[in-house]
Parts: sequence; C-alpha cells; structure tokens
Amino acid sequence: MNKTVIRGLGLLLGTGLNAGAAMALEGDVQRGQEASATCVACHTADGSGLNVPGGESWPRLAGLDSGYIVKQLHDFQEGRRENASMKLFANMLDDQQIADVAAYYSQMPVTPAQGGEEAGEALLERGEQLAKRGDWDAYIVSCKSCHGPGSEGVGSDFPGIASQHADYIATQLQAWKNDERSNDPQNLMGAIAKRMSDEDIQAVSAWLARQSVTAE
Amino acid sequence: MKLSKITLAVLGASLAAGLGVTAYAASGENGQGESPYQGLTALGYPAPQEGQLVHVPPTMADLDDADIHPELKKVIRRGYELFTDTQQLRGENVFNDMNCSSCHLGEGRQPFSAPIWPAAVTLPGFRGKNQHVNNLEERIAGCFAYSMNGTPPEYGSDDMVALSAYHQWLATGAPMYPDQPIYGRGFQAPPDPEQEPDYARGEEVYQAQCTICHQDDGAGHYEEGEYVFPALWGDGSNNWGAGIVRTHTAAGFIKNNMPLGQPNSLSDQQAWDVAYYMVSQERPQDPRYTGDLDETLELFGSTFHRHSRYGEVREHDDHRLADHANTGEKDFLKPWNVGVSRFEELSE
Repeated sequence: MNKTVIRGLGLLLGTGLNAGAAMALEGDVQRGQEASATCVACHTADGSGLNVPGGESWPRLAGLDSGYIVKQLHDFQEGRRENASMKLFANMLDDQQIADVAAYYSQMPVTPAQGGEEAGEALLERGEQLAKRGDWDAYIVSCKSCHGPGSEGVGSDFPGIASQHADYIATQLQAWKNDERSNDPQNLMGAIAKRMSDEDIQAVSAWLARQSVTAE
Repeated sequence: MKLSKITLAVLGASLAAGLGVTAYAASGENGQGESPYQGLTALGYPAPQEGQLVHVPPTMADLDDADIHPELKKVIRRGYELFTDTQQLRGENVFNDMNCSSCHLGEGRQPFSAPIWPAAVTLPGFRGKNQHVNNLEERIAGCFAYSMNGTPPEYGSDDMVALSAYHQWLATGAPMYPDQPIYGRGFQAPPDPEQEPDYARGEEVYQAQCTICHQDDGAGHYEEGEYVFPALWGDGSNNWGAGIVRTHTAAGFIKNNMPLGQPNSLSDQQAWDVAYYMVSQERPQDPRYTGDLDETLELFGSTFHRHSRYGEVREHDDHRLADHANTGEKDFLKPWNVGVSRFEELSE
C-alpha cells in the first residue's frame, strides 16, 4: 500500500537526517563489491559470516539494513562500538566505501544462521516466548516489539536478528548486559539486556538463529 | 506441574499486613507467587500499599496447564490472539492501526499499564462516560468505538465472548466487586508538574525520545504491512473520544510505560509536556460529534472533554482542534453502541 511505502521513506529520511551528512552518502553495489575485499575473509563471500562458539563470531551481514551497517562501521571507527579487529577494518574504509559495502551487503539474500543446534525443546520454547511475547514479569519486552515481524528488522535502527548466528547474538546481548556495548539508540537494547538472565540470552539467541528468513 | 489457586493469601514477608494478594500461582518453577511485583519497585513504580488489592494474573503458559475445559482454553486463546493482534479485525471492527495491546502493555496483565482484569471484577458497574451501568462486553465495545476508531463485534458474538473470556481468565482468583483499591490499575497520572504543560517543551521531548519509533508525524510504523509501532495521532490512531486523549491519562501512560522498556525514565514534567504535545494533535472525530463542534462541547465539554483539548485553539498556529468531520478510515461517524441509553425504565 502507498501508506506503507510513504512511511518506509519517512523512516529512512528520518534516519538519514539524524545520522548526519556522512551517512547520507548513496552507496553503490558494484563499488561495494570491490570494497568488500576487506570484509570477505571473515564475513565470507555470501555475507553469511561464521558462528564461532566460545570465540568471536562473525555476524551475517547479508540482508542487513544498509543504514544499520553504515552506522556500525562509523561507530567502530569512532570507538562508539568497541572491537579491536573491526576498528582496524573499518578504518580501511572511507565514508563512500562504507556506504558502498553497506549497499552491497544489504541487497544480498539472508543466509541461514548457525548455532543453537544442540538447544533443547524447553530452551527453544523460552527463546520463542522472549522473541514473540517477551516476559513482562521480568519487564523484558519482546524482540519483535522493536525488531518487527519475525524479528526481521525495522529500518536502520532495529536490525534484523532472526537468522543471525546464535553466538554472535549472545555475545552482543552479554556485551550490553555488562556495559561493554552502548551504541544503541537511547539505550533501548541495553535496558532490556540487563534484565535478561544468561539462560534467557542463550535461549533467545538459539531460537533466533534457527529462524529462516525467506526472501520477498 | 501442579497448579493451585491462591486466594487472599499473604505471600511473602516483605508485604505489609492487610494487603490482599491474589494470584493464579504455579507452584515451583517461576516462583512468581513469592513476592508479586517486587521487581517493579526497582523500575520506579510504587510498592503495593497496605489495604490494596494485589492480583497477579495467570499467563498463557498457565492456561496450557490449567484444569479447565479444553474448549474454554481455545476460546480464551482466541481472546488473547484478538487482544494482541486486533488488526485481524481491520476493516470490520477496527479502522485504525492499533491493537488492544498497543496501550495495554504486557498482554493486558501489566500493572500501571491499564491491566484489563479489573474490568472483569468491577463490572457490571456504573460508567460516567455513558451514564449507565455497563457490563464487560459493553465496556470492551467502548474501546472499539473510540480507541480502535471502529465498531464493536456484536454482543454475544464469538469474538466478543472470546475477548471477555480472556479478561475473565486474567482475573482468575481475584475477588468479585473488591472493596479495596486495586494496585496498578489504570494509567495513573504523575503528580501535577511544577510548570504548566507546554507544547514546545513537549515537542522537544518528543523529538529526543519518541520519534525513533513513532516518527515525526506520529504515524508510528508498519513493516511489510504488519504493525510495529502504534500511531499516536492522525488517521491511524484513536479518535477524539478515546480515554487517552485526556492529558492526564496520556501523561499516566507515558510516565509509566514509555519509552518502551524504560518506564519512569522521564521526569514528571517531561511526561506532562510530551503528553500535552501528543494530545494537541489531530485525530479522527469523536463518534459523539453532533455535526457541530460547539454543540458537541455543550454536551461533553464539562465532563469527558474537560480533560482533553477537544475544541481548544492551539497556541502556536491558531488551529482549532477537532473542528472537522474527518472520521479517519471508516466511512461512518457513529458505531451502533454509541449513544444508546439503557435501563430507562428504572428511572424515576
């Protein structure tokens, strides 16, 4: 419907304005593919990354919102999001290249995630509950209330988390919980992560990783 | 897992004597019965006071294990689904972008977010808004007429029975017609602000705290045709007759629930200011509109609309609020349940 399209534009425009001029650069998929030579060693050619249990997982970038990728890369550069290796790689890219790789990865189809394969039924049920309905007795709002239907992402501020690697999601939630990540807008994720138990984090990460996101 | 109904049992040593605590409690497992709502005080909510009725409604997981007829479970589940995805009635009963759970957070169970179970134990009861005794179905019908800018499912219809059943299920174990005030009922307004609520200050708060979800134009957000963030004004939102157009109700909702996941994070002044900003925006006409704004104000200006900005002239642009015949997405003004008198034969 028209209304949906207009609202979608409004969201994009709003994000562009908030994010400042550097982020409003238009990305080029072709150039992005060339610039992505820097990224493929870890995030792989199809953008699927790799789940590394107990280590540093490389998140799936394929199908993520371009505005979200742009913001994260700038945040790595400026130290708003801390990661030694990503700071190094992000600093190899200029503003235009950031826009380009973001455009490149955002148009790729979402790939299946890894992790959570050994999760039992009870854990997955808990994960599904947190993702779809939350646990209001612990004031944990559902993932979908911000990350949207199927937790597949809303605009540039709320990334798609369904079909993301379990250990990556778990690591990020733990980072928020332990005040090691704080580049989310208005502490919206941080406030929730701090109320999640380690088991909650494990559960929701496993469940999200096992969701398939179908191409439109 | 064995379930037991605990009625009027004082649970937990931290609770003051005289507190009426009711719960549909699961023994073992989540331990929610031990000290209900203790976690809320850490989030800035007041603790239950002596003499208050504290009720912990059952969850949908409790329903799975409940010892009730499977057919009733199905109907309660249907009610839950309608409550949390009211958009499935779009174009039939709902003519805006809202779900019941847009305002009644936590699936209608959450204290200070107008939990819905009190309706099940306080109705039938007299309602000032329509000046007669309403039962639960008529109360729910009111939400459809105003908050959903629509028209209710018929009394006794499957959808209406399902919604009622969900309300009553949540009230399981709570006493009927309680004589104690209910902990966490409604959207309790924060204390009066030091300064009069102000549009410009409210707009600043809105831009800083709310636009990330609700957008500059208050229209909220749909993603792939599915509702994500509710509309705060405009055609996608509740009409001028909904309770939340009253500044104190809006301030109460916002202070206690917004931004999502960060209750009580705004100052009282910020909550009043941003509520004032929100209720100073346009929305579909009140279904009680007579066709003339001044005439409508004569009828409701000293009662319901005493607390809203209906018919007021906005300071910054001289716009007179609600001076229009826009009914939003619906092609009628008044649904069948509005303006219906009852029990007239009982009047002297």
